[in-house]
Amino acid sequence: MKTYLPPRFVIDRYAERCIACQVCVRQCSFDAHAYDGEDDEIRSYEKNCVGCHRCSVFCPTQALNIRLNPLSYRPNVNWQPEFIEDIIRQSEGGGVLLTGMGNDKPYRVYWDHLLLNASQVTNPSIDPLREPMELKTFLGRKPDRVELDPASLSLKTQLAPQVAIDVPVLFSAMSYGAINLNVQESLARAATEAGTLFNVGEGGLHQTLYKYANNAIVQVASGRFGVHPEYLDVARFIEIKIGQGAKPGIGGHLPGGKVSEDVAETRMIPAGTDALSPAPQHDIYSIEDLAQLIYALKEATNYTKPVCVKIAAVHNSAAIASGMVRAGADIIALDGLRGSTGAAPKMIRDNVGIPIELAIASVDTRLREEGIRNQASIIAAGGFRNSADVVKAIALGADAVYIGTAALIALGCTVCQQCPTGKCAWGIATTDPILSKRVNPDIGARRVVNLLRGWSLEIKEMLGGMGINALESLRGNRLHLRGVDLTDGELDVLGVRLAGR
Amino acid sequence: MGGKGMDHWERVNNPYDDDKVIAACSLFGMMDTSGKRFSGGDTITAIANMHERGNGLGGGFAVYGLYPQYAEHYAFHVMYLDEAARREAESLLQDGFRVALAEPVPTRKTRAIENPPLVWRYFLEVRTQNGQGLSHDDYVLEKVMQINTGVRNAFVFSSGKDMAVFKGVGYPEDIADYFRLDEYQGYLWTAHGRFPTNTRGWWGGAHPFSILDWTVNHNGEISSYGINRRYLEMFGYHCTMQTDTEVIAYAVDLLVRRHHLPIEVVADVLAAPLWSQIEREDGEKAALHTTLRQVYGSLLLNGPFTVVIAHQGEMIGLTDRIRLRPLTAATKGDLLFLSSEESAIRLVCPQLDRAWIPMGGEPIIGSLQRPLAKREPVAVEEATA
Ligand code: SF4
Ligand code: SF4
Repeated sequence: MKTYLPPRFVIDRYAERCIACQVCVRQCSFDAHAYDGEDDEIRSYEKNCVGCHRCSVFCPTQALNIRLNPLSYRPNVNWQPEFIEDIIRQSEGGGVLLTGMGNDKPYRVYWDHLLLNASQVTNPSIDPLREPMELKTFLGRKPDRVELDPASLSLKTQLAPQVAIDVPVLFSAMSYGAINLNVQESLARAATEAGTLFNVGEGGLHQTLYKYANNAIVQVASGRFGVHPEYLDVARFIEIKIGQGAKPGIGGHLPGGKVSEDVAETRMIPAGTDALSPAPQHDIYSIEDLAQLIYALKEATNYTKPVCVKIAAVHNSAAIASGMVRAGADIIALDGLRGSTGAAPKMIRDNVGIPIELAIASVDTRLREEGIRNQASIIAAGGFRNSADVVKAIALGADAVYIGTAALIALGCTVCQQCPTGKCAWGIATTDPILSKRVNPDIGARRVVNLLRGWSLEIKEMLGGMGINALESLRGNRLHLRGVDLTDGELDVLGVRLAGR
Repeated sequence: MGGKGMDHWERVNNPYDDDKVIAACSLFGMMDTSGKRFSGGDTITAIANMHERGNGLGGGFAVYGLYPQYAEHYAFHVMYLDEAARREAESLLQDGFRVALAEPVPTRKTRAIENPPLVWRYFLEVRTQNGQGLSHDDYVLEKVMQINTGVRNAFVFSSGKDMAVFKGVGYPEDIADYFRLDEYQGYLWTAHGRFPTNTRGWWGGAHPFSILDWTVNHNGEISSYGINRRYLEMFGYHCTMQTDTEVIAYAVDLLVRRHHLPIEVVADVLAAPLWSQIEREDGEKAALHTTLRQVYGSLLLNGPFTVVIAHQGEMIGLTDRIRLRPLTAATKGDLLFLSSEESAIRLVCPQLDRAWIPMGGEPIIGSLQRPLAKREPVAVEEATA
């Protein structure tokens, strides 16, 4: 069938610079460049280009520029080009529209409407270059009080297992299969070096990564892929995955084509079969069922590690979160509307869930109202772009954040949203052995560690500016936030005052 | 200070946790750790010497060992803006307590104090049948909250035994003059001169802030206020006044009275040791400090502060852990001094045994249980716990 889709991007090739070296031809995994031997020329097939910039970054003579195709439709507020093209695509292929990465729609990004405080006159700002500045964070259940032996004054309270992280940023769940082993290893090594954790997602923990298990979060998801006693034993903590911000309410589907021998072994399924994660966990239809699974996992690991429950941020997250804490979750992970994915139905990704900012605020407020905020840590996820977003999330009430996309961008990802195709030209969202080599764990780990170092320096600067030298004094401290251009209702949910007040 | 501002404070119901009162100040504390009572003269002289650190919008004193003739009674000092408030509060007190004595707090006419409110004192005994299963302290606390939030134009300055708070709008020396503090005796005096930067100042807002027999004098601005307050709310404390001082008082109340932690340990919560220091500590101490920070991280007081906290038999001086506000400690025989400035101490006691600047976050504790003169080799335990 002839496609009616116009090319999305234009490839500018500057003839005077192009030396026909064919680097672009080899780099582009989407076949948008081809070498014409007869004319000794490189030709462009722009309809194939996804705008990932792999070719222009690697072109040795900078002969390539990729830009949006200026081709315009007749303006129509209702029939935006995206909707027209979605229909074209569906009428040609049928089926569900699939996409990757997070929601790209112009829902309000509240981070951009929240401003941080700084000390002036009455309270000195603190210079992190000269004064200690503490980011250390402990994830896990905390009791209401500390008890000492009345006579000897020695410590009687024994805390439930705690996990220390040196920077309040963890890598969110990305499974082997959705990404390749080089990417996981880069994240694992970065986490180990930076004193934080990486989450292996629902695809199991590959044998070669066991040496990083002390910095690993292992998931127990609805497909139960790769779950076995050792997997649970070696991990730093366990995460029960109920939902994901990019696709709340639905399960996962790793196509058989991506299930190589190695992926199959790690997931404990036959090679080449589709790995289907059901939408719900079929043993969890209620909060009591969740409590059973939480305690089954705690029993299985002898109460040596926290159990986290991850949900997508949805309308009634606050009540759900409260139930999760009461069911025994030591950590709750909230994944917001802009959370990413390797593959999700486009309608779900773009229309289901709520922004993480509002979810953090309402969950934190609710748990405090019920007097149980100390019983679980909150990890927020879903579209964190920089250290200021992290600081604002913590001020709203999160203990730490998960980053996924940001870490992948450090490895090369340009958010081209082609992850479900398995052709990622940056060698990230692909298990193709040749493409996977594009991520070198030595370099990858260094890039991600650099990112985290940059963010922690920035977080320290912002803390110092607010006159705070320990992160715990910012956590839930919404007085250090002010809103701009927000309605009273939004300010109310966020628990933040308007700037100037 | 008209009635208007006052109408307001009890209704403060601010969903944004804000309107935080920012103030800088002078602090002074003087305690005879042998329990010998002395007049307020030296304390007044010392705090007056730090006149420049205040701006006349608040001054106050706490005195312990004040009412030995009523040592077993809860001594309430209550401020009223009008007679109606007094009638309403008094009927509440009469319902809740056996009133041994009710009288206006004696004052003297002074030029410096304009428009003073009525201040009365009551010596009260909890009727056993009124306890409702609460401890006497909790019962008293509930009544205080009832008056402060429920009775228009009334405010309880203090409600402990054998102690009281005298405070108001003015320089501390003027407040002392007004309340004739030179005529009282106590074994422990603390004083405060205030420099609020964002409120007009009202009598109830002056320091010391008090809850039961705890008093807090504070100099500084706490940048962790928002979370300190939200944490305390989980335990049922409502910060109606929006001052850092109130938060400190509630934090101390929670940790000492409800969680039974000794004051040295409380200091390790409010001005927690740095992680780098905890790493160097031995196993047991490190475990204690780690656990305290894990559990009470939301009560860490961040930002610059010095506090002088007192209760029956004890006085504590503490600065933030990187000491962004001044505190000098000094001893002479059984006397322990705490002051924002050393000169104020030297003015009233030129020949000190010892004067020093404590480390950031290090509590300086004077206690009747450990009189200084009997302690060897010198004075106060520094860096306890
Ligand atoms: S490498 Fe990426 S940007 Fe370059 S032509 Fe191929 S798809 Fe387009
Ligand atoms: S992971 Fe690869 S395919 Fe997915 S958005 Fe990033 S660059 Fe594109």
